[in-house]
Amino acid sequence: MATADATSSRWGIVAEFDSAAAIYEAAKKTTDEGYSRVDAHTPFPVHGIDDQLKQRPSGLGWIVVCCGLTGILLAQLMMWWMNAVDYPIWVSGKTPYAWPTTIPITFELMVLLSGFGAVFGMFGLNRLPRLHHPIFKHSSIHRASDDRFFLSIEATDPKFDSAATKSFLEGIGGTNVEIVED
Amino acid sequence: MTTANLTAPSVEQLAPNLKAKVEPGALATAQMAFLAIGVLLIGASWFSGHFYFSYLVGYMGVLGIVLCALFFTMVQHITRAGWSVTVRRVAENMSWTILPLLLLFIPVLIGSHDIYHHWMDAQITDPKAADYDGVLAGKSAWLNSTFFFVRVFIYFAIWIALAWFFRSNSLKQDQTGDPAITMKLSRVAAPGLFLFALSITFAAFDWIMSIDPHWFSTIFGVTYFAGGYMAFLAFTILLCRWLNARGYLKEAVTTEHYHDLGKFLFTFMVFWTYTNFSQFMLIYYANLPEETHWFAVRAQEGWGAIGMILIVGHFLFPFAFLLSRHVKRSGLGLSFGAIFLLVIHCFDMQFLILPGNTGGHGHGAGTENGAEHAHGAAGGTFGEQFGEYLHNVSWADFGCFAGLLAIVAGLTIFNIRRTNLVPVRDPRLAESLHFQNF
Repeated sequence: MATADATSSRWGIVAEFDSAAAIYEAAKKTTDEGYSRVDAHTPFPVHGIDDQLKQRPSGLGWIVVCCGLTGILLAQLMMWWMNAVDYPIWVSGKTPYAWPTTIPITFELMVLLSGFGAVFGMFGLNRLPRLHHPIFKHSSIHRASDDRFFLSIEATDPKFDSAATKSFLEGIGGTNVEIVED
Repeated sequence: MTTANLTAPSVEQLAPNLKAKVEPGALATAQMAFLAIGVLLIGASWFSGHFYFSYLVGYMGVLGIVLCALFFTMVQHITRAGWSVTVRRVAENMSWTILPLLLLFIPVLIGSHDIYHHWMDAQITDPKAADYDGVLAGKSAWLNSTFFFVRVFIYFAIWIALAWFFRSNSLKQDQTGDPAITMKLSRVAAPGLFLFALSITFAAFDWIMSIDPHWFSTIFGVTYFAGGYMAFLAFTILLCRWLNARGYLKEAVTTEHYHDLGKFLFTFMVFWTYTNFSQFMLIYYANLPEETHWFAVRAQEGWGAIGMILIVGHFLFPFAFLLSRHVKRSGLGLSFGAIFLLVIHCFDMQFLILPGNTGGHGHGAGTENGAEHAHGAAGGTFGEQFGEYLHNVSWADFGCFAGLLAIVAGLTIFNIRRTNLVPVRDPRLAESLHFQNF
């Protein structure tokens, strides 16, 4: 079947399933079939579905570690420069830069920057904030927060083909299989 | 609705391949081997330089593990935790070794006049005596021999009663499957934890802090608990993995449970650092001689090297090592972390108990405590300090810890062989068997 129109206007295909077990099986079959840009939208976390979606582990941890180390470095630099270089003061017999006194602030700054890294890193990786997402155009997607389970295959998937992908999702038990425009 | 409808599904339905019990006679050799190794090590330690101090190092290290097994059990009940049900029986059986630990406390009682000689001497309260000590006389309402021995029995009465109550009720539930028992244990855990917190704090004051009776730190009990709970988690991880290798608990304590135990281990390793730094920071900053002398003693006679080992080995290295999810989920990685932290726990106990008491000559009883009496200058390179530490320390300072750990392992296996391996009719057993991390 010829689908000559540009796939760039398509975001992907979304199919509905009516149980956690059904979407677990569907996710397994979809990734086994060779699809890679697959995601599940469920009312609650489904045990083990990450493995079936074959998603790469999140890179967020590395962002947080880098931010935390930056916090440690910044705090040490700041206190060393202020207390030992710019304006050295001797307080209660401690040398101007005494490392035990710097630990609490180093800890605070590490936590602060790690927290920023975690929140804003998550925003960045998820491309948030955004006001709308194409998947909301699916006719029954609102039930993803209630009692239905959705599987999406994005148009950027190398194996994506409107007709073939649609019939594949119908073949593995999906209902309301809809092509979602971007 | 009858009670039958309320009872949980049986373990045979939930996990058909799970062995509910150890076969008769199995693990008996291992149990006897652990006990024999323990008795041999402690027997041999008797001939070392300062047996009573070495024994106290081992005893307090292992006591923390056993007490925190009780703490773990109570915390799981009060939080109504589901994930930990399969691990809880191991902790219950470990906590019940508190009864033989009462007998194993006898060497400390015999050695108490050596270990606590600073304040157990009657003359410190007599203003006319040559060794009269006004500060210790002021503390003598608490620090006197009679009340000390009375408190030993109060602490053990609390611990034995709590350990017996939680274990025996859990075993009763194995028979009856009555969910009311779960509710009852959850209620009793609240006052139980209250009693536990007070008793472990004052036990740490009495049995470790009073070695240097002029010194005081209100957070000391918390630091002892933090180290003990970390060691309990390390020991439990190793014990469960050992049982897995013998073919037990394989379907019950899985990677998911080890992942959570690993997170717990990481947490309390960091918590130990947090409380110890809090203690150090206040004393360092205020710089009052009556408080700083405790750390001054621990900068001399090579103990500065052990302080460095604790900073690196009890925090920096395990923090970096155990941070990753992959390490906590890998059997080999987590086992290495657990063994490493158990060894470090022994160093921690040495650091609390030995400085100022080994005197560089390997004799505890005669030497004086306190900065003004300590020999050997602070400072020197790490290598020099570590060399001095090796000169002062006895092999028994490790041997007693290893020996008592082996005895507790043997006694725990003894208990495990006599009960079901998991609480077979706990209402939350299914949740624990199917538990998964995200």
